[in-house]
Amino acid sequence: MNRLGRMAWGLVLWEILSGMALTLKTFFGPKATINYPYEKNPTGPRFKGEHALRRYPNGEERCIACKLCEAVCPAQAITIEAEPRDDGSRRTTRYDIDMTKCIYCGLCEEACPVDAIVEGPNFEFAAETREELLYDKAKLLDNGDRWEPELAKRLELDAPYR
Amino acid sequence: MSGFFQTDLGIVILTLLKSLALIVPLLIGVAYLTLFERKVMGAMQLRKGPNIVGPFGLWQPFADALKMLFKETIIPTGSDRLLFMIAPMITFGLAVVAWAVIPVSNHWAIANINVGILYLFAISSLGVYGIIIAGWASNSKYAFLGALRSAAQMVSYEVSMGFIIVTVLVCVGSLNLNDIVMAQRHFWFAIPLFPLFVIFFISGLAETNRAPFDLAEGESEIVAGFFVEYSAMSFALFFLGEYANMILISAMTTTLFLGGWLSPIPFVPFTMIPGVFWFLLKVLMCLFVFVWVRATLPRLRYDQLMALGWKVFLPITLVYLVAVAGVMEYFGWLPNA
Repeated sequence: MNRLGRMAWGLVLWEILSGMALTLKTFFGPKATINYPYEKNPTGPRFKGEHALRRYPNGEERCIACKLCEAVCPAQAITIEAEPRDDGSRRTTRYDIDMTKCIYCGLCEEACPVDAIVEGPNFEFAAETREELLYDKAKLLDNGDRWEPELAKRLELDAPYR
Repeated sequence: MSGFFQTDLGIVILTLLKSLALIVPLLIGVAYLTLFERKVMGAMQLRKGPNIVGPFGLWQPFADALKMLFKETIIPTGSDRLLFMIAPMITFGLAVVAWAVIPVSNHWAIANINVGILYLFAISSLGVYGIIIAGWASNSKYAFLGALRSAAQMVSYEVSMGFIIVTVLVCVGSLNLNDIVMAQRHFWFAIPLFPLFVIFFISGLAETNRAPFDLAEGESEIVAGFFVEYSAMSFALFFLGEYANMILISAMTTTLFLGGWLSPIPFVPFTMIPGVFWFLLKVLMCLFVFVWVRATLPRLRYDQLMALGWKVFLPITLVYLVAVAGVMEYFGWLPNA
């Protein structure tokens, strides 16, 4: 089309009207909103959420203080101190994760030879103070106890792909 | 009682009551316009919009207003304090004052004056001052840039708006808004003057600094434009002013082109419905288009905005004005001829 024709065509506002027809169509269409606190997106078994330290079914903690997670952690968020327990087994005396440093990469989970440290399905652990996000061993074990059914299920679902 | 309202004091009190009866619904309308905009834009973007505060989010405007009230008013150190505080009042005041002449129904206007449309045009031109003063008094480069942009923009589009109003006046032969509406008994001016109707609406978008002409605010380039430095209630006043202006431009479009309070279907069951209903319905339709356009179109570049105003709208409106006047004169349709 020549220049004059294009100008005249522009006056019809066809492009603008077709754009507006599209927005009007979506106006009446179904909405994609998920009403967050009441509705939630499903999460996969590999979802990397809040950390937890798991136990064996007999109640013994899994972590053997190999410090592989501490070594692999790219954000250096994990601090572990360990010494032999009275019964001679090797356990941690301190297992801290600084959740403000953690980048939720899941490498600690990958490194763990005994499936002790895992990232769970929980992502709603916002806190009002920074101190609350410096997790210690008790907090992590408590998380493990709380989420154990789901954690075991997730590991089982993901096992074929490991 | 009717005798009392004939006295000087009575007229003042009656006018105050009338103003109150207009301003209170207007302010509530402005508050709900924000919710309306968020809901409509949400729906157009596949979202639901606010739906938590109250049923369907209906208390959201009040929650927003309370939040604004409890915020701290920050006056920048380098600013001109007096002008800084006056600017939002000017913007808001002018947006409300213009409503004095809008006929909401037959002869339902606070002041049914014979120069109504001139008054409206003058008031909407003054709106530039609030913005310019805000931009200047803030002593911030973003605010200043935004103010310059919006001043140039509003002045440019006012020119073509003026010519459109003149064309309507040629058809009506009166500056009284009530007469303008009554002249549309047989057909709305939107039909014979359709191109002007569209241009008037687009100029209205530019006049109120709305998308796609929101260069004065231009979130992505100059933060919030002329009101970057404003907070709390002074910010809320700008916000209220902007939305009241939107309603005002919609009301002007309704009055000039869409037959004001007149029923669109001119026979009995529909003409029984009070004019206010039709007026509000038409204004609401215009506001919907305001929001619809905002949800659809990206912002213009500044030179495009100026080119549109001066090189497209101005010639079209001028030619149309001359053509309309010529046709009216040739066929002897001119009113009061």
